Amino acid sequence: MKDVAQLARLMQGNEAIVEGALAAGLRFFAGYPITPSTEISELLAERLPLYGGKFIQMEDEMASMAAIIGASLAGLKSLTATSGPGFSLKQENIGFASMAEVPCVVVNVQRHGPSTGMPTAPAQGDVMQARWGTHGDHAIIALCPASVQESYSLTVEAFNLSEKYRVPVILLTDEVIGHMRERVVLPQPGAMKVIDRKKPPTGLEKYYPYQPGEDGVPSVANFCENYRFHVTGLAHDESGFPTTNPEVVEKLINRLNDKIMEHVDDIVLSESWLTKDAEIIIVAYGAVSRSAKKTVKEARAAGLKVGLFRPITIWPFPEKEIAALSRQAHTIIVPEMNLGQLKLEVERVTSGRSKVIGVNKVNGELITPGEILDAIIKL
Amino acid sequence: MALTSEIMLSGTGGQGLILAGQILADAVIRDGKNTVQTQSYGPEARGGASKAEVIISDGEIDYPKVTQPDILLVMSGEALKKYAGSIDENGTLIIDDTYITDTLPIGTNVFAVPYTRIAKENLGKEMFANVVALGALAAITGIVTKESLQLALMSRIPPGSEALNKKALELGWKSADQAAA
Repeated sequence: MKDVAQLARLMQGNEAIVEGALAAGLRFFAGYPITPSTEISELLAERLPLYGGKFIQMEDEMASMAAIIGASLAGLKSLTATSGPGFSLKQENIGFASMAEVPCVVVNVQRHGPSTGMPTAPAQGDVMQARWGTHGDHAIIALCPASVQESYSLTVEAFNLSEKYRVPVILLTDEVIGHMRERVVLPQPGAMKVIDRKKPPTGLEKYYPYQPGEDGVPSVANFCENYRFHVTGLAHDESGFPTTNPEVVEKLINRLNDKIMEHVDDIVLSESWLTKDAEIIIVAYGAVSRSAKKTVKEARAAGLKVGLFRPITIWPFPEKEIAALSRQAHTIIVPEMNLGQLKLEVERVTSGRSKVIGVNKVNGELITPGEILDAIIKL
Repeated sequence: MALTSEIMLSGTGGQGLILAGQILADAVIRDGKNTVQTQSYGPEARGGASKAEVIISDGEIDYPKVTQPDILLVMSGEALKKYAGSIDENGTLIIDDTYITDTLPIGTNVFAVPYTRIAKENLGKEMFANVVALGALAAITGIVTKESLQLALMSRIPPGSEALNKKALELGWKSADQAAA
């Protein structure tokens, strides 16, 4: 085993996503390059064939989302990567993947918007779009890395959750983290747990692809493996064929939601730093959490009891954790590179127990530690 | 408190400042230290303002952007106007004055050398100005070792350009000796 210093290297966030995806077993990528996610496409075009995988540059974002759904149904771990404008275009098919329970991972390296906005500038404006961008009630998982190292590990985690719960998982990163280069030490191959989707037993006389297991997740067979069955975006019964039977459909939509919401303890990741005695808590995610960490250091140096809570999983939202913090802190500060999207969730969960204050910036620049500190001083 | 240095490389898109930032950060890791490199640039392939930021520390680096540079390289008049005032009072200002017509600041820690002209006259291409300037920056400040910088450079340039890049780095290094003398 080589010494850690020798394994350390300079890596970009987007590059770490590629390495994480390959470590998780990625075998199919379809995409349409867009700043600031392009490096993911570029690198996978080179790397994926070496693993026996397929890389396709599609005609647009809608088609790339459709292609990864098809590849995943055929049994391959599949990925696409995009940014705001492309994420909007993928929404319809993200809904299809939710409804048809197709495991897949969508990377959104957030840039300034709306529309084409500022292509090379960071933002966090797609937080609510990640949750509700596609129509209809559905559950989704979204993860927010705050470092290059975490861009790697959360990509592995995104694939694992997607395979386990048969749900599209959004890796919601941002331009700062995606383009940033920093020192990383990648785990040795095999050091991180890799989960593969469960398969149905063979030899069943009658196969119901959408019959859920005890965990609420069905064992949908890979296409061309033992069974012939139907997959649709229409409401369907356990056979996979469309139905309008209200009872069956009610059960289906509830199950799609429950299979995620009943497993929040397994899904939700977060990090608390100096929160134990904190009277003021900063809730920050992605690149902004790094500014917030510096704010906490500066505030502590000035004798203020400030701590940081960092949601790593933002969907499902870490409700229990934030609710507990609101019983302890008189104020919760939510800095975001948007006009206050996750703040709405913090307000909902804290039910008025703490004062919730947003620090918001939408000019394409990262919020500075000083800007968050100013909000604390003004209290 | 961890010992931290903040470095900003600023100029115009196409001058290779972001690549220079990557090479510098890569060398820092080879020296066994911690680093974060970020950048900001416009959507243009060439032109427009461009800068690379590198933070070096022996500890954890949270906020990844430069607040007050200890070392500032400027390669355009616009960058000089925009960033020269932000430098730490004990900081080092390195100016490529090939294309700068503005009055240059003076001081013991100000170095003005025409790196782009050096690149063009000695290597036939202005394209190597970033590596010449990087060599000078490292020699003046001692922020990374020459050995690590050479290895980092060789690992991040297109194949076939090794000899010219190596020469560019040497030219920069030598220019610093002359500037100090």
